[in-house]
Amino acid sequence: MDASGAGLHDPAVLVFTAILLSAVSGLPGLLLAGRPGPGQRIATGCTLLASLLGLGGTLALLFTGRTATYTIAWTLPFDACDVAIDPLSALFLLPIFLISGCAALYAGSYWPAAANRRTEPLLTFSTGLLAAAMALVVTARNGALFLMAWEVMAMSAYFALTVEHERPEVREGGAVYLVATHVGTLLLFVMFILLRTATGSFLLPAGGSMAAAPVGATVIFLCALAGFGFKAGLMPFHIWLPAAHANAPSHVSALMSGVMLKMGLYGIIRTASLFHAPPLWWGVILLCAGAASALLGIVFATAQRDLKRLLAYSSIENIGIITIGLGVALIGAATHRPLLGLLGLAGALLHILNHSLFKPLLFLGAGALIHATETRLADLMGGLARRMPWTATFFLAGAVAICGLPPFNGFAGEFLLYAAFFNDATGAPVPYLALAAPLLALVGGLAAVCFVKLYGAVFLGSPRTPAAEHGHEAGWPMLAPMGGLALLCALFGIAPQLLLALLMPAVAVVAPELAAANSALAAAAPLQWLTAAGMALLLIIGALALALRRRLGLSPSAADATWGCGYLRPAASMQYSASSFGEMMVRLFATVIRPRFDAPGPAGHFSPARAAFRSRCPETLLENVITPAFRGADRVFSYCRRLQHGEHQLYMLYIFITLFLLMAWAR
Amino acid sequence: MIDILIHLLLTIFMPPLLLGVIGKTKAAFAGRVGAPYLQPYYDILRLLRKGSVFSDTTTWLFRAGPVVTLAAVAAATLLIPLGNHPAPVSFAGDMILFAYLFGLARFFTMTAALDTGSSFEGMGAAREATFSCLAEPTLFFALIVLARLSDSLTLSTMLTHSSAATWLTDGAAMLLLVGALFTVVLVENSRIPFDDPNTHLELTMVHEVMVLDHSGPAFGYILYGAALKLFVLLTFFIQVALPLRAGTSLLDWVVFVASLLLAAVAIGVVESVMARLRLLRIPQLLVAACILSAFAMLLILR
Repeated sequence: MDASGAGLHDPAVLVFTAILLSAVSGLPGLLLAGRPGPGQRIATGCTLLASLLGLGGTLALLFTGRTATYTIAWTLPFDACDVAIDPLSALFLLPIFLISGCAALYAGSYWPAAANRRTEPLLTFSTGLLAAAMALVVTARNGALFLMAWEVMAMSAYFALTVEHERPEVREGGAVYLVATHVGTLLLFVMFILLRTATGSFLLPAGGSMAAAPVGATVIFLCALAGFGFKAGLMPFHIWLPAAHANAPSHVSALMSGVMLKMGLYGIIRTASLFHAPPLWWGVILLCAGAASALLGIVFATAQRDLKRLLAYSSIENIGIITIGLGVALIGAATHRPLLGLLGLAGALLHILNHSLFKPLLFLGAGALIHATETRLADLMGGLARRMPWTATFFLAGAVAICGLPPFNGFAGEFLLYAAFFNDATGAPVPYLALAAPLLALVGGLAAVCFVKLYGAVFLGSPRTPAAEHGHEAGWPMLAPMGGLALLCALFGIAPQLLLALLMPAVAVVAPELAAANSALAAAAPLQWLTAAGMALLLIIGALALALRRRLGLSPSAADATWGCGYLRPAASMQYSASSFGEMMVRLFATVIRPRFDAPGPAGHFSPARAAFRSRCPETLLENVITPAFRGADRVFSYCRRLQHGEHQLYMLYIFITLFLLMAWAR
Repeated sequence: MIDILIHLLLTIFMPPLLLGVIGKTKAAFAGRVGAPYLQPYYDILRLLRKGSVFSDTTTWLFRAGPVVTLAAVAAATLLIPLGNHPAPVSFAGDMILFAYLFGLARFFTMTAALDTGSSFEGMGAAREATFSCLAEPTLFFALIVLARLSDSLTLSTMLTHSSAATWLTDGAAMLLLVGALFTVVLVENSRIPFDDPNTHLELTMVHEVMVLDHSGPAFGYILYGAALKLFVLLTFFIQVALPLRAGTSLLDWVVFVASLLLAAVAIGVVESVMARLRLLRIPQLLVAACILSAFAMLLILR
């Protein structure tokens, strides 16, 4: 690396050291595969060190607010290989380093090498590589380097999530992911080639330097939206997300949902920031895509009973909310309403940071539950708050935060977005954007349905199966990351202005024209009042709790079974399950969810036999559209498959013919 | 200063009276004498002195439920203006915090209900979650209308802005809003036709069934919290429906208390003349209310 004009005191060097360290953290494990244990310990140590270095370096860069640029000497014919850390990159580096550290610590106890001798080395290696590749994605300033990092990220995620490939559903989820991510990458190839044609160089142009008017710009934007949309999980490009997140090891799900999805958003933000004065419809398209993802994502989430599938759908919802904010930012810029745009952009970036705290927290919690009960189905759990008190507490923090309820951090991001919508409601001649406020409110209500259902079915009541009955608390390496993330959720809920201060430099980079409204932001969305309100709320809760305690102490208190409304033999299986809790909502949204109920009535009139009831909520888009389309494509392309006959010498002939033709074409 | 003091005193001491007035109204319709106006106060005080029974499936969340619920609603009372007097706390965007505080209250009521492991309480929680989720957009449409009419983003200005003159200029929108908001008040406070607080069949309840297992002081918190919520949402409603401005500070307080009591009587009348809706009809009515409030938004655009 050509350290042009900077010594070791440069924080960026720390960051790049961290990236390298993270990339190679799993190598010793691969080499020491014969002896389980030391490899994983080395990897955990390396990744934790990388996290500390990376976080330190990134924060130092953010506080100084400058951009560090380096050029890697390479011999590839793709122009200079620039890497740079500007405030936007730094903002995305924070969750990468934080969550990869948490995941590494967690993995030591969740996926111990001793019990998973075969899978652990590969998993550890790919997880470290995934983190490094993501960090490289956000720092790359050369299109070719970006695509390479992107591909390494996609593939290491694939290997991490299919680590249990002997299970068919894992292979299936992995295959859908692989196809989806490569379709996305293909679109990105198109995008970067167009970008190269427009600028004459593989280097990413400076922000705001390209005209948005030409047709090429439109195609670039649409390719970026779809290509990055696949990674972010925007509807309708979300098809890979539920199965991949559900079947991956939980810390990998945490890393994917908390950080990898954000890489798609980073791509969209970065691409949009290249253009000068993007047209209004770009923002409108983002807004509509975001609104659809947010609403449909959470509607589908309410129908899930698989813990991790539910969390995956809720990620789609949150990505949707963030995209709404990005759309508002572009609309604000296009209609010359800087305050509106700033509120949207700041809300989106704030929600990105917040989501990368509470979603990994929830996925890690889900991992602890799976570790304890060996199932992912919420309907088979219950009563775990007694058996896993710490996990229950941390998960509660995550659940309240993800519903966007005060005083946790999820509220702050949504608060900024609402401020944008209401700003439009009072300021615009026709408040189209204001319509997003009721939508977001509905999404918030659905999120509450979803997470109360999940929390209730998993942690509350009495255990529904012996596995849940014997659930046990996770070890400290699993609890510590969850506790840390829960604390951060609470801290940034009380003091969201800390995060806002971190992301304002990024706003200045992405949209300098919006940053002008900086001074008006404090008046339009006074986050210090959220601090006051949060403190007041905690104070009132504390006072009321103390008063209740005193009252309970003064009068007799007895323990008894739950009041069964006169029924004498209540059983655990009679409790409201996750499916029954969501049933009403599922029926209300039956047109999109298309649930299938299968209830053959009991046979026999006088002595009824056993009856069964089955309900299933399919992946509508995947099962009804994508899979049939691929089957059709399969039939068409089966003709081409005749070329693929297994005769190696003929394959070599193909290669020769192709190369010859390419040479002839190039001359 | 005096106004803030009166605000606090009224919010602390008046809510149970509303329940008493509703009860008295219903009794009058039924031709009974009915319980005294102050009965809810006696009930709450008695509950606070009583012992409690805790189910042995419950955890700390069961005790946290009533506390957080009451605290969240109490925090919301600081944001709402009473009559012509601005709220003690007011900042740009406080209406969002206001709405979300009720979300927090609901979240903890529902988790406390699920903590008992009773299928009845789970059922109540599922219904509460579904109905309140459908009522949420209505409130936000109403907030948009009020924000636009008053050109302000604080609850205090939004709600004290409308006056009798607003009814003359934007009468149609206000009328639609009143209908929608009254629906929200009824559903959020579990009143007939959405829920019957006095039914004796657990299968048909929504809110009451969620708190079946609570007893003693905790149940006192819940009862008081419910009264407080009714007080806050009814205040929101009368600020739109009866925007009477007397002129002097003292007279404004009198007008406010009188219109609040009048609104409580209105709820009593509705409860007396209407039957409970079938459960499946409730979502339809809620969606209709939401669309009414959306129409209100259309009407003020012109």
